[in-house]
Amino acid sequence: MSNHFYDRDLISISELSQSEISLILDTAKKIKQSPKKNLLQGKILASCFFEASTRTRLSFEAAMLKLGGGVCGFSDAGSTSAKKGESLYDSIKVITAYADVIVLRHPQEGAARMAAEVSNKPIINAGDGSNQHPSQTLLDLYTIYECQGRLDDLHIAFVGDLKYGRTVHSLSQACAAYNTKYYFVSPDILKMPEYICDYLSSKGMNYSIHSNINEIIDQVDILYITRLQKERFDEAEFKQIQGKYSLTAEMLREVKPNMRVMHPLPRVDEIEVAVDRTKHAYYFEQAENGLYVREALLALILNKELF
Amino acid sequence: MEKTLSVTAINNGTVIDHIPAGQAITILRLLKLVDHKNQVTIGLNLSGNRGFKDLIKMENRYLTDREMHEIAIFAPNATINTIKDFKVIKKHKALLPESVIDIMRCPNPRCVTQNEPLKTCFDLYKHNEIIKLRCKYCEKTFLREEVKEYVA
Repeated sequence: MSNHFYDRDLISISELSQSEISLILDTAKKIKQSPKKNLLQGKILASCFFEASTRTRLSFEAAMLKLGGGVCGFSDAGSTSAKKGESLYDSIKVITAYADVIVLRHPQEGAARMAAEVSNKPIINAGDGSNQHPSQTLLDLYTIYECQGRLDDLHIAFVGDLKYGRTVHSLSQACAAYNTKYYFVSPDILKMPEYICDYLSSKGMNYSIHSNINEIIDQVDILYITRLQKERFDEAEFKQIQGKYSLTAEMLREVKPNMRVMHPLPRVDEIEVAVDRTKHAYYFEQAENGLYVREALLALILNKELF
Repeated sequence: MEKTLSVTAINNGTVIDHIPAGQAITILRLLKLVDHKNQVTIGLNLSGNRGFKDLIKMENRYLTDREMHEIAIFAPNATINTIKDFKVIKKHKALLPESVIDIMRCPNPRCVTQNEPLKTCFDLYKHNEIIKLRCKYCEKTFLREEVKEYVA
């Protein structure tokens, strides 16, 4: 069967239809159940990380290697010609000649969109500043589907830094296709931006705003926690608010049995280690799923035929 | 009492009326009217039925559809009158374009358009009668007032 993802860019989650998202998630499930060892033999992925990354870079590179392809690239801008003043435009023009697909992380917002205009090879956005990180959103959706058995009609709480976290922005927008009930839990200075709330309203979604996890913990199916960045607060203020946005094992006593805790990681102290030992912890499975979802993306983008 | 015109009439050309006070200069720049070889008359802070407004009259200059759309970004309620022999022969309402390319500067300091050789592009939409612009690259949404035009 022909595959319309072939040779396509992946820049923003908003460009994917519901059926396209389903195809990616189904492909990830197939790969998780039955690895495809030589599918991308002879293909090369350029792993271009102008900013530091652990999970995203390693899982993209591992995904390519597991599918039989090769990887070249760099893990910080300091080892590239960007340090000599080369524009991103020129860098992408050059890298395009060496690889079959380019995975790009860059601090400038819109960098991946520009790269897609410059390059005739597919570009996968692995994070552009605080803008988009679509493969993270897809692995989040896959994880939600895996642990809940569905994406529709779920109650999802987003907790922590909702202002600057691109992960929560993209995921909350993507969930609007699935009749989600949203709970936004954050300090006032880190609340969800107005444009996201406007978007959800325009899609007829319901959301409520809270300042403490305990207000909503027994109502939700997914508790999606993000890291509060200490540097955004003064020390006294941080100590005062920290507890309201951190999860302890003790707090899980009254939650729904199907409730799962997700976190894009890295965590610092917003989830107590004791939570890891409960059935509700699902963040390490979430990180592992990044591998299968990224394998699915590479398989779909670099293969003419579906499998 | 003798009635006088604040701004002189034109023989042939275009009159842009109901420009919000303060926006005429921006539209002059947008239409590159400073380089226009024919007469251009502007009225600033004229009193009208809906408060103060600006007005531009351009002798022998007609607007393309694209220019009319672009004017709507700065003057969403403007009327554009085509004049022939001192008479209005056509009246247009400025209609908001779906997108604008290379006219406005993205105010997001982290947007890639700040550092790379790119033409900016914004999608425009109205939400509760408020004009908002969404940058094609950084995907951030801004109020019209937050986005400045390039100075020609």
